[in-house]
Amino acid sequence: MSEHPDRLWRNPEPKAGYDVIVVGGGGHGLATAYYLAANHGIRNVAVLEKGWLAGGNMARNTTIIRSNYLWDESAAIYEHALKLWEGLSAELDYDILFSQRGVLNLAHTLQDIREGARRVHANRLNGVDAEWLDPDGVRKFCPIINTSEDVRYPVLGATLQPRAGIAKHDHVAWAFARKADELGVDLIQGCEVTGFLKQGNKVVGVETNLGPIHAGRVGLAAAGHSSVLASLAGIRLPVQSHPLQALVSELLEPVHPCVVMSNHVHVYVSQAHKGELVMGAGIDPYNSYAQRGSVHVIEQQMAAALELFPIFARAHVLRTWGGIVDVTPDASPIIGPTPVDNLFVNCGWGTGGFKATPASGWTYAHTLATGKAHPLNEPFALERFTTGALIDEHGAAAVAH
Amino acid sequence: MLLIPCPWCGDRDETEFHYGGQAGVPYPARPAELSDEQWGDYLFVRDNPKGRFAERWSHAAGCRRWFTIVRDTASHEIVR
Repeated sequence: MSEHPDRLWRNPEPKAGYDVIVVGGGGHGLATAYYLAANHGIRNVAVLEKGWLAGGNMARNTTIIRSNYLWDESAAIYEHALKLWEGLSAELDYDILFSQRGVLNLAHTLQDIREGARRVHANRLNGVDAEWLDPDGVRKFCPIINTSEDVRYPVLGATLQPRAGIAKHDHVAWAFARKADELGVDLIQGCEVTGFLKQGNKVVGVETNLGPIHAGRVGLAAAGHSSVLASLAGIRLPVQSHPLQALVSELLEPVHPCVVMSNHVHVYVSQAHKGELVMGAGIDPYNSYAQRGSVHVIEQQMAAALELFPIFARAHVLRTWGGIVDVTPDASPIIGPTPVDNLFVNCGWGTGGFKATPASGWTYAHTLATGKAHPLNEPFALERFTTGALIDEHGAAAVAH
Repeated sequence: MLLIPCPWCGDRDETEFHYGGQAGVPYPARPAELSDEQWGDYLFVRDNPKGRFAERWSHAAGCRRWFTIVRDTASHEIVR
Protein backbone atom coordinates (compact mmCIF):
# COMPACT_ATOMS: atom_id res chain seq x y z
CA MET A 1 0.00 0.00 0.00
CA SER A 2 1.29 3.46 -0.84
CA GLU A 3 1.03 6.57 1.36
CA HIS A 4 -1.75 6.20 3.92
CA PRO A 5 -4.39 8.92 3.57
CA ASP A 6 -5.22 11.21 6.51
CA ARG A 7 -8.87 10.16 6.57
CA LEU A 8 -10.57 7.07 5.19
CA TRP A 9 -14.13 8.38 5.52
CA ARG A 10 -16.06 11.56 6.29
CA ASN A 11 -17.85 12.07 9.60
CA PRO A 12 -21.18 13.43 8.35
CA GLU A 13 -24.16 14.68 10.33
CA PRO A 14 -27.25 12.52 9.81
CA LYS A 15 -29.71 13.65 7.12
CA ALA A 16 -33.47 13.72 7.76
CA GLY A 17 -33.91 10.42 6.00
CA TYR A 18 -32.36 7.66 3.91
CA ASP A 19 -33.51 4.89 1.57
CA VAL A 20 -31.87 2.34 3.86
CA ILE A 21 -30.53 2.60 7.40
CA VAL A 22 -28.16 -0.10 8.65
CA VAL A 23 -27.99 -0.24 12.45
CA GLY A 24 -24.53 -1.32 13.54
CA GLY A 25 -21.18 -0.24 12.09
CA GLY A 26 -19.28 -3.46 12.49
CA GLY A 27 -17.92 -5.63 9.72
CA HIS A 28 -21.32 -6.93 8.61
CA GLY A 29 -22.99 -3.51 8.70
CA LEU A 30 -20.16 -1.87 6.73
CA ALA A 31 -20.10 -4.69 4.18
CA THR A 32 -23.88 -4.41 3.82
CA ALA A 33 -23.65 -0.69 3.14
CA TYR A 34 -20.85 -1.21 0.61
CA TYR A 35 -22.74 -3.88 -1.35
CA LEU A 36 -25.97 -1.82 -1.24
CA ALA A 37 -24.10 0.93 -3.05
CA ALA A 38 -21.82 -1.21 -5.23
CA ASN A 39 -24.17 -4.04 -6.27
CA HIS A 40 -27.56 -2.36 -6.14
CA GLY A 41 -26.85 1.32 -6.79
CA ILE A 42 -28.53 2.29 -3.52
CA ARG A 43 -26.31 5.07 -2.21
CA ASN A 44 -28.69 7.05 -0.03
CA VAL A 45 -27.69 4.85 2.90
CA ALA A 46 -26.63 5.49 6.49
CA VAL A 47 -24.80 3.19 8.87
CA LEU A 48 -25.60 4.14 12.47
CA GLU A 49 -23.03 3.07 15.04
CA LYS A 50 -23.50 3.80 18.75
CA GLY A 51 -19.76 3.59 19.47
CA TRP A 52 -17.04 3.75 16.84
CA LEU A 53 -16.78 1.79 13.59
CA ALA A 54 -15.75 -1.85 13.99
CA GLY A 55 -15.17 -1.53 17.74
CA GLY A 56 -17.26 -4.56 18.79
CA ASN A 57 -16.73 -8.13 17.67
CA MET A 58 -14.94 -6.92 14.54
CA ALA A 59 -12.12 -5.80 16.84
CA ARG A 60 -12.28 -8.91 19.03
CA ASN A 61 -12.42 -11.96 16.76
CA THR A 62 -9.60 -14.37 15.92
CA THR A 63 -9.83 -13.59 12.15
CA ILE A 64 -10.15 -17.20 10.97
CA ILE A 65 -11.68 -17.61 7.51
CA ARG A 66 -12.85 -20.99 6.22
CA SER A 67 -15.84 -22.54 4.48
CA ASN A 68 -15.59 -26.23 5.42
CA TYR A 69 -19.11 -26.46 6.88
CA LEU A 70 -21.05 -29.70 6.80
CA TRP A 71 -24.54 -28.73 5.61
CA ASP A 72 -25.32 -27.58 2.07
CA GLU A 73 -26.88 -24.27 3.13
CA SER A 74 -23.85 -23.32 5.25
CA ALA A 75 -21.28 -24.49 2.72
CA ALA A 76 -23.00 -22.38 0.07
CA ILE A 77 -22.97 -19.10 1.99
CA TYR A 78 -19.53 -19.54 3.63
CA GLU A 79 -17.98 -20.64 0.31
CA HIS A 80 -19.54 -17.59 -1.33
CA ALA A 81 -17.83 -15.56 1.39
CA LEU A 82 -14.49 -17.27 0.79
CA LYS A 83 -14.69 -16.53 -2.94
CA LEU A 84 -15.42 -12.89 -2.14
CA TRP A 85 -12.49 -12.83 0.31
CA GLU A 86 -10.20 -14.06 -2.48
CA GLY A 87 -10.96 -10.95 -4.54
CA LEU A 88 -11.58 -8.46 -1.76
CA SER A 89 -8.22 -6.66 -1.57
CA ALA A 90 -8.47 -5.92 -5.30
CA GLU A 91 -12.17 -5.01 -5.23
CA LEU A 92 -11.78 -2.64 -2.28
CA ASP A 93 -8.35 -1.41 -3.39
CA TYR A 94 -6.95 -1.99 0.08
CA ASP A 95 -4.66 -4.77 1.28
CA ILE A 96 -6.61 -6.80 3.84
CA LEU A 97 -3.65 -9.17 4.32
CA PHE A 98 -5.72 -12.22 3.42
CA SER A 99 -3.40 -15.17 3.93
CA GLN A 100 -4.63 -18.56 2.67
CA ARG A 101 -2.32 -20.57 4.87
CA GLY A 102 -4.72 -23.49 5.43
CA VAL A 103 -6.87 -24.58 8.36
CA LEU A 104 -6.46 -27.92 10.12
CA ASN A 105 -9.35 -29.36 12.12
CA LEU A 106 -7.77 -32.06 14.28
CA ALA A 107 -9.26 -35.45 15.10
CA HIS A 108 -8.44 -37.02 18.47
CA THR A 109 -10.97 -39.85 18.65
CA LEU A 110 -12.47 -42.45 16.34
CA GLN A 111 -15.67 -40.41 16.22
CA ASP A 112 -13.66 -37.29 15.28
CA ILE A 113 -12.14 -39.25 12.38
CA ARG A 114 -15.56 -40.36 11.16
CA GLU A 115 -17.00 -36.86 11.42
CA GLY A 116 -13.95 -35.33 9.76
CA ALA A 117 -13.99 -37.79 6.86
CA ARG A 118 -17.73 -37.23 6.39
CA ARG A 119 -17.21 -33.48 6.32
CA VAL A 120 -14.37 -33.77 3.78
CA HIS A 121 -16.67 -35.74 1.45
CA ALA A 122 -19.58 -33.35 2.00
CA ASN A 123 -17.29 -30.37 1.32
CA ARG A 124 -16.01 -31.87 -1.94
CA LEU A 125 -19.55 -32.53 -3.13
CA ASN A 126 -20.25 -28.85 -2.48
CA GLY A 127 -17.16 -27.69 -4.36
CA VAL A 128 -15.30 -26.74 -1.17
CA ASP A 129 -11.62 -27.75 -1.11
CA ALA A 130 -10.98 -30.35 1.60
CA GLU A 131 -8.43 -33.05 2.31
CA TRP A 132 -7.93 -35.70 4.94
CA LEU A 133 -4.46 -35.88 6.51
CA ASP A 134 -3.11 -38.77 8.57
CA PRO A 135 -0.90 -37.96 11.59
CA ASP A 136 2.20 -37.95 9.40
CA GLY A 137 0.49 -35.49 7.03
CA VAL A 138 -0.41 -33.29 10.01
CA ARG A 139 3.23 -33.37 11.19
CA LYS A 140 4.45 -32.27 7.76
CA PHE A 141 1.87 -29.50 7.39
CA CYS A 142 2.35 -28.15 10.91
CA PRO A 143 5.59 -29.42 12.46
CA ILE A 144 5.04 -27.77 15.85
CA ILE A 145 1.98 -29.87 16.74
CA ASN A 146 2.71 -32.64 19.22
CA THR A 147 1.77 -35.73 17.21
CA SER A 148 3.31 -38.26 19.60
CA GLU A 149 1.12 -41.14 20.74
CA ASP A 150 1.73 -40.80 24.47
CA VAL A 151 -0.43 -37.76 25.13
CA ARG A 152 -3.91 -37.70 26.66
CA TYR A 153 -5.61 -36.93 23.31
CA PRO A 154 -3.25 -38.05 20.51
CA VAL A 155 -3.68 -36.49 17.06
CA LEU A 156 -5.19 -39.22 14.88
CA GLY A 157 -5.57 -37.10 11.75
CA ALA A 158 -7.06 -33.85 10.54
CA THR A 159 -9.14 -32.25 7.86
CA LEU A 160 -7.35 -29.57 5.85
CA GLN A 161 -8.90 -26.74 3.90
CA PRO A 162 -5.94 -25.29 1.96
CA ARG A 163 -7.80 -22.13 0.82
CA ALA A 164 -8.78 -21.18 4.38
CA GLY A 165 -6.70 -18.77 6.43
CA ILE A 166 -6.73 -15.42 8.20
CA ALA A 167 -7.04 -11.71 7.33
CA LYS A 168 -6.32 -8.45 9.14
CA HIS A 169 -9.68 -7.59 10.70
CA ASP A 170 -9.10 -3.83 11.07
CA HIS A 171 -8.06 -3.53 7.43
CA VAL A 172 -11.23 -5.35 6.38
CA ALA A 173 -13.41 -2.89 8.29
CA TRP A 174 -11.48 0.14 7.05
CA ALA A 175 -11.58 -1.10 3.46
CA PHE A 176 -15.35 -1.57 3.47
CA ALA A 177 -15.88 1.72 5.31
CA ARG A 178 -13.71 3.71 2.94
CA LYS A 179 -15.35 2.32 -0.21
CA ALA A 180 -18.87 2.68 1.19
CA ASP A 181 -18.09 6.29 2.10
CA GLU A 182 -16.66 6.94 -1.38
CA LEU A 183 -19.90 5.65 -2.90
CA GLY A 184 -21.94 8.11 -0.82
CA VAL A 185 -22.87 6.11 2.29
CA ASP A 186 -23.04 8.17 5.50
CA LEU A 187 -21.13 6.44 8.30
CA ILE A 188 -22.46 8.02 11.48
CA GLN A 189 -20.63 7.20 14.69
CA GLY A 190 -21.80 7.97 18.21
CA CYS A 191 -25.39 7.49 17.04
CA GLU A 192 -27.40 5.06 19.18
CA VAL A 193 -30.78 3.79 18.06
CA THR A 194 -33.20 4.16 20.98
CA GLY A 195 -36.48 3.24 19.28
CA PHE A 196 -38.32 2.83 15.99
CA LEU A 197 -40.67 5.18 14.15
CA LYS A 198 -43.68 3.11 13.14
CA GLN A 199 -46.86 3.52 11.13
CA GLY A 200 -49.02 0.57 12.11
CA ASN A 201 -46.90 -2.52 11.60
CA LYS A 202 -44.44 -0.68 9.36
CA VAL A 203 -41.11 0.80 10.41
CA VAL A 204 -40.52 4.20 8.79
CA GLY A 205 -37.40 5.27 10.66
CA VAL A 206 -35.47 5.20 13.89
CA GLU A 207 -35.23 7.30 17.05
CA THR A 208 -31.64 8.09 17.99
CA ASN A 209 -29.69 10.17 20.48
CA LEU A 210 -29.14 12.55 17.52
CA GLY A 211 -32.86 12.79 16.81
CA PRO A 212 -35.28 10.89 14.56
CA ILE A 213 -34.06 9.66 11.15
CA HIS A 214 -36.53 8.42 8.54
CA ALA A 215 -35.86 5.38 6.39
CA GLY A 216 -37.44 3.31 3.65
CA ARG A 217 -36.03 0.16 5.14
CA VAL A 218 -34.09 -0.56 8.33
CA GLY A 219 -31.61 -3.42 8.67
CA LEU A 220 -30.28 -4.49 12.06
CA ALA A 221 -26.67 -5.67 12.14
CA ALA A 222 -25.95 -5.39 15.84
CA ALA A 223 -24.54 -8.83 16.77
CA GLY A 224 -24.67 -9.29 20.55
CA HIS A 225 -27.13 -6.42 20.99
CA SER A 226 -29.63 -7.67 18.38
CA SER A 227 -32.12 -8.80 21.04
CA VAL A 228 -32.05 -5.40 22.72
CA LEU A 229 -32.77 -3.59 19.44
CA ALA A 230 -35.39 -6.08 18.27
CA SER A 231 -37.23 -5.76 21.58
CA LEU A 232 -37.60 -2.02 20.86
CA ALA A 233 -39.61 -3.08 17.80
CA GLY A 234 -41.59 -5.63 19.80
CA ILE A 235 -39.77 -8.69 18.40
CA ARG A 236 -38.31 -11.59 20.40
CA LEU A 237 -35.39 -13.23 18.61
CA PRO A 238 -34.26 -16.82 19.18
CA VAL A 239 -30.79 -15.68 20.24
CA GLN A 240 -28.90 -15.61 23.53
CA SER A 241 -25.96 -13.28 24.14
CA HIS A 242 -22.82 -14.82 25.61
CA PRO A 243 -19.24 -13.71 26.24
CA LEU A 244 -16.65 -15.18 23.87
CA GLN A 245 -13.07 -14.73 24.98
CA ALA A 246 -9.77 -14.77 23.13
CA LEU A 247 -6.15 -14.00 23.92
CA VAL A 248 -2.83 -13.17 22.31
CA SER A 249 0.73 -13.91 23.32
CA GLU A 250 3.62 -11.51 23.11
CA LEU A 251 5.10 -11.02 19.62
CA LEU A 252 7.11 -14.04 18.53
CA GLU A 253 9.17 -15.01 15.51
CA PRO A 254 7.10 -16.86 12.89
CA VAL A 255 6.72 -20.40 14.27
CA HIS A 256 3.18 -21.39 13.36
CA PRO A 257 2.56 -21.90 9.62
CA CYS A 258 -1.24 -22.35 9.50
CA VAL A 259 -4.44 -22.29 11.55
CA VAL A 260 -5.10 -25.22 13.88
CA MET A 261 -8.48 -25.94 15.42
CA SER A 262 -9.32 -28.76 17.76
CA ASN A 263 -12.90 -29.58 18.55
CA HIS A 264 -11.98 -32.18 21.13
CA VAL A 265 -9.46 -30.40 23.35
CA HIS A 266 -11.23 -27.19 22.33
CA VAL A 267 -8.89 -24.46 21.24
CA TYR A 268 -7.98 -22.74 17.97
CA VAL A 269 -4.61 -21.16 17.33
CA SER A 270 -3.00 -19.13 14.59
CA GLN A 271 -0.15 -16.62 14.46
CA ALA A 272 -1.02 -13.09 13.42
CA HIS A 273 0.99 -11.28 10.77
CA LYS A 274 2.64 -9.19 13.47
CA GLY A 275 3.71 -12.30 15.41
CA GLU A 276 1.22 -12.78 18.26
CA LEU A 277 -0.19 -16.24 18.80
CA VAL A 278 -3.96 -15.76 18.66
CA MET A 279 -6.10 -18.25 20.59
CA GLY A 280 -9.78 -18.71 21.23
CA ALA A 281 -12.14 -21.39 22.44
CA GLY A 282 -15.78 -21.66 23.40
CA ILE A 283 -18.29 -19.24 24.88
CA ASP A 284 -18.82 -18.65 28.58
CA PRO A 285 -22.03 -20.51 29.44
CA TYR A 286 -24.03 -17.68 31.01
CA ASN A 287 -25.87 -14.83 29.29
CA SER A 288 -23.95 -11.56 29.35
CA TYR A 289 -23.51 -8.16 27.74
CA ALA A 290 -20.40 -7.31 29.77
CA GLN A 291 -17.71 -7.98 27.11
CA ARG A 292 -15.74 -10.05 29.61
CA GLY A 293 -15.85 -13.64 30.76
CA SER A 294 -14.50 -15.91 33.46
CA VAL A 295 -10.80 -16.65 33.89
CA HIS A 296 -11.15 -20.43 34.06
CA VAL A 297 -12.30 -20.43 30.43
CA ILE A 298 -8.99 -18.82 29.43
CA GLU A 299 -7.11 -21.26 31.66
CA GLN A 300 -8.75 -24.23 29.94
CA GLN A 301 -8.04 -22.99 26.44
CA MET A 302 -4.38 -22.39 27.29
CA ALA A 303 -4.15 -25.90 28.80
CA ALA A 304 -5.57 -27.26 25.53
CA ALA A 305 -3.10 -25.19 23.50
CA LEU A 306 -0.14 -26.49 25.52
CA GLU A 307 -1.32 -30.06 25.05
CA LEU A 308 -1.13 -29.53 21.28
CA PHE A 309 1.86 -27.16 21.16
CA PRO A 310 4.43 -27.86 23.91
CA ILE A 311 6.63 -25.24 22.20
CA PHE A 312 4.28 -22.51 23.52
CA ALA A 313 4.97 -23.34 27.18
CA ARG A 314 7.17 -20.30 27.79
CA ALA A 315 5.20 -17.81 25.74
CA HIS A 316 3.58 -15.05 27.79
CA VAL A 317 -0.01 -13.94 27.57
CA LEU A 318 -0.05 -10.33 26.43
CA ARG A 319 -3.76 -9.63 26.54
CA THR A 320 -7.13 -11.34 26.96
CA TRP A 321 -10.51 -9.89 26.10
CA GLY A 322 -14.15 -10.79 25.50
CA GLY A 323 -16.84 -9.91 23.00
CA ILE A 324 -20.57 -10.54 23.11
CA VAL A 325 -21.81 -13.08 20.61
CA ASP A 326 -25.44 -13.78 19.71
CA VAL A 327 -25.99 -17.51 19.55
CA THR A 328 -28.99 -19.21 17.93
CA PRO A 329 -30.33 -22.67 18.88
CA ASP A 330 -28.86 -24.22 15.69
CA ALA A 331 -25.61 -22.19 15.59
CA SER A 332 -26.58 -20.71 12.22
CA PRO A 333 -27.32 -17.05 11.47
CA ILE A 334 -30.65 -15.35 10.86
CA ILE A 335 -30.73 -13.10 7.77
CA GLY A 336 -34.02 -11.85 6.44
CA PRO A 337 -37.33 -10.07 7.02
CA THR A 338 -39.01 -9.82 10.44
CA PRO A 339 -42.71 -9.81 11.36
CA VAL A 340 -42.49 -5.98 11.27
CA ASP A 341 -42.71 -4.53 7.75
CA ASN A 342 -39.57 -2.84 6.40
CA LEU A 343 -37.51 -4.09 9.35
CA PHE A 344 -34.87 -6.72 8.60
CA VAL A 345 -32.48 -8.62 10.79
CA ASN A 346 -28.99 -10.03 10.31
CA CYS A 347 -27.85 -11.68 13.53
CA GLY A 348 -27.11 -14.97 15.22
CA TRP A 349 -23.66 -15.41 13.71
CA GLY A 350 -22.56 -16.52 17.15
CA THR A 351 -18.90 -17.42 17.37
CA GLY A 352 -18.21 -17.45 13.63
CA GLY A 353 -19.29 -14.20 12.02
CA PHE A 354 -15.97 -12.75 10.86
CA LYS A 355 -15.36 -15.34 8.15
CA ALA A 356 -18.79 -14.60 6.70
CA THR A 357 -18.40 -10.81 6.59
CA PRO A 358 -18.46 -10.32 2.78
CA ALA A 359 -21.25 -12.86 2.14
CA SER A 360 -23.26 -11.57 5.09
CA GLY A 361 -23.10 -8.05 3.65
CA TRP A 362 -23.64 -9.29 0.08
CA THR A 363 -26.81 -11.28 0.86
CA TYR A 364 -28.14 -8.74 3.38
CA ALA A 365 -27.71 -5.95 0.84
CA HIS A 366 -29.71 -8.02 -1.66
CA THR A 367 -32.42 -8.57 0.97
CA LEU A 368 -32.56 -4.88 1.91
CA ALA A 369 -32.54 -3.76 -1.73
CA THR A 370 -35.25 -6.13 -2.96
CA GLY A 371 -37.20 -6.81 0.23
CA LYS A 372 -36.61 -10.53 -0.33
CA ALA A 373 -33.94 -13.03 0.58
CA HIS A 374 -31.30 -14.10 -1.93
CA PRO A 375 -31.28 -17.91 -2.50
CA LEU A 376 -28.07 -18.01 -0.42
CA ASN A 377 -29.74 -16.58 2.70
CA GLU A 378 -33.28 -17.86 2.15
CA PRO A 379 -32.69 -20.99 4.30
CA PHE A 380 -31.46 -18.73 7.13
CA ALA A 381 -34.85 -17.06 7.66
CA LEU A 382 -36.44 -16.51 11.06
CA GLU A 383 -39.28 -18.87 10.03
CA ARG A 384 -37.07 -21.94 10.38
CA PHE A 385 -37.70 -21.85 14.12
CA THR A 386 -41.40 -22.39 13.36
CA THR A 387 -41.06 -24.85 10.47
CA GLY A 388 -38.30 -26.81 12.18
CA ALA A 389 -36.03 -26.63 9.10
CA LEU A 390 -32.99 -25.94 11.26
CA ILE A 391 -29.43 -25.80 9.89
CA ASP A 392 -27.81 -27.53 12.81
CA GLU A 393 -24.12 -26.69 12.65
CA HIS A 394 -23.38 -27.42 16.34
CA GLY A 395 -20.49 -29.84 16.14
CA ALA A 396 -21.17 -30.44 12.46
CA ALA A 397 -19.25 -27.27 11.59
CA ALA A 398 -16.12 -28.41 13.44
CA VAL A 399 -17.46 -26.26 16.33
CA ALA A 400 -15.06 -23.72 17.88
CA HIS A 401 -15.50 -21.42 14.91
CA MET B 1 -15.17 -15.98 37.60
CA LEU B 2 -18.59 -15.62 39.16
CA LEU B 3 -19.05 -16.26 42.87
CA ILE B 4 -22.45 -17.92 43.03
CA PRO B 5 -24.55 -18.18 46.21
CA CYS B 6 -25.91 -21.71 46.42
CA PRO B 7 -28.93 -21.49 48.77
CA TRP B 8 -27.78 -24.69 50.53
CA CYS B 9 -23.97 -24.53 50.41
CA GLY B 10 -23.22 -20.79 50.39
CA ASP B 11 -20.90 -18.87 48.06
CA ARG B 12 -18.94 -21.13 45.71
CA ASP B 13 -16.84 -20.66 42.55
CA GLU B 14 -18.63 -20.74 39.21
CA THR B 15 -16.64 -23.84 38.18
CA GLU B 16 -18.79 -25.91 40.57
CA PHE B 17 -21.99 -24.96 38.74
CA HIS B 18 -23.85 -25.76 35.57
CA TYR B 19 -25.89 -23.08 33.80
CA GLY B 20 -29.55 -23.65 33.04
CA GLY B 21 -30.67 -20.49 31.24
CA GLN B 22 -33.83 -18.49 31.81
CA ALA B 23 -35.88 -19.37 34.89
CA GLY B 24 -39.64 -19.75 34.95
CA VAL B 25 -40.25 -21.31 31.52
CA PRO B 26 -42.93 -23.93 32.25
CA TYR B 27 -43.68 -26.88 29.98
CA PRO B 28 -46.90 -26.01 28.13
CA ALA B 29 -49.96 -27.27 29.99
CA ARG B 30 -51.60 -28.60 26.81
CA PRO B 31 -48.78 -28.99 24.25
CA ALA B 32 -51.00 -30.71 21.67
CA GLU B 33 -53.11 -27.56 21.41
CA LEU B 34 -50.21 -25.23 20.55
CA SER B 35 -49.75 -23.84 17.05
CA ASP B 36 -46.41 -24.43 15.30
CA GLU B 37 -45.52 -20.85 16.10
CA GLN B 38 -46.28 -21.23 19.82
CA TRP B 39 -44.41 -24.53 20.01
CA GLY B 40 -41.39 -23.05 18.20
CA ASP B 41 -41.54 -20.14 20.60
CA TYR B 42 -41.51 -22.48 23.60
CA LEU B 43 -38.65 -24.58 22.17
CA PHE B 44 -36.34 -21.91 20.79
CA VAL B 45 -37.07 -18.44 22.12
CA ARG B 46 -35.93 -17.19 25.51
CA ASP B 47 -35.63 -13.72 26.98
CA ASN B 48 -32.22 -12.12 26.42
CA PRO B 49 -32.32 -8.89 28.42
CA LYS B 50 -29.45 -6.49 29.01
CA GLY B 51 -29.97 -6.04 32.74
CA ARG B 52 -31.69 -8.15 35.37
CA PHE B 53 -32.26 -11.77 34.38
CA ALA B 54 -33.74 -14.58 36.48
CA GLU B 55 -31.79 -17.72 35.63
CA ARG B 56 -31.30 -21.32 36.70
CA TRP B 57 -28.08 -22.81 38.02
CA SER B 58 -27.31 -26.31 39.25
CA HIS B 59 -24.65 -26.92 41.91
CA ALA B 60 -23.31 -29.76 39.78
CA ALA B 61 -20.07 -30.35 41.73
CA GLY B 62 -21.72 -29.75 45.12
CA CYS B 63 -25.16 -30.52 46.42
CA ARG B 64 -26.52 -31.20 42.90
CA ARG B 65 -29.62 -29.06 43.47
CA TRP B 66 -31.15 -26.53 41.09
CA PHE B 67 -31.99 -22.97 42.15
CA THR B 68 -32.80 -19.55 40.71
CA ILE B 69 -30.83 -16.32 41.04
CA VAL B 70 -31.36 -12.87 39.59
CA ARG B 71 -28.20 -11.56 37.93
CA ASP B 72 -27.49 -8.38 35.97
CA THR B 73 -26.22 -9.41 32.54
CA ALA B 74 -24.52 -6.03 32.01
CA SER B 75 -22.53 -5.96 35.28
CA HIS B 76 -22.63 -9.66 36.36
CA GLU B 77 -23.83 -8.48 39.80
CA ILE B 78 -25.99 -11.12 41.48
CA VAL B 79 -28.96 -9.17 42.81
CA ARG B 80 -30.66 -12.03 44.70
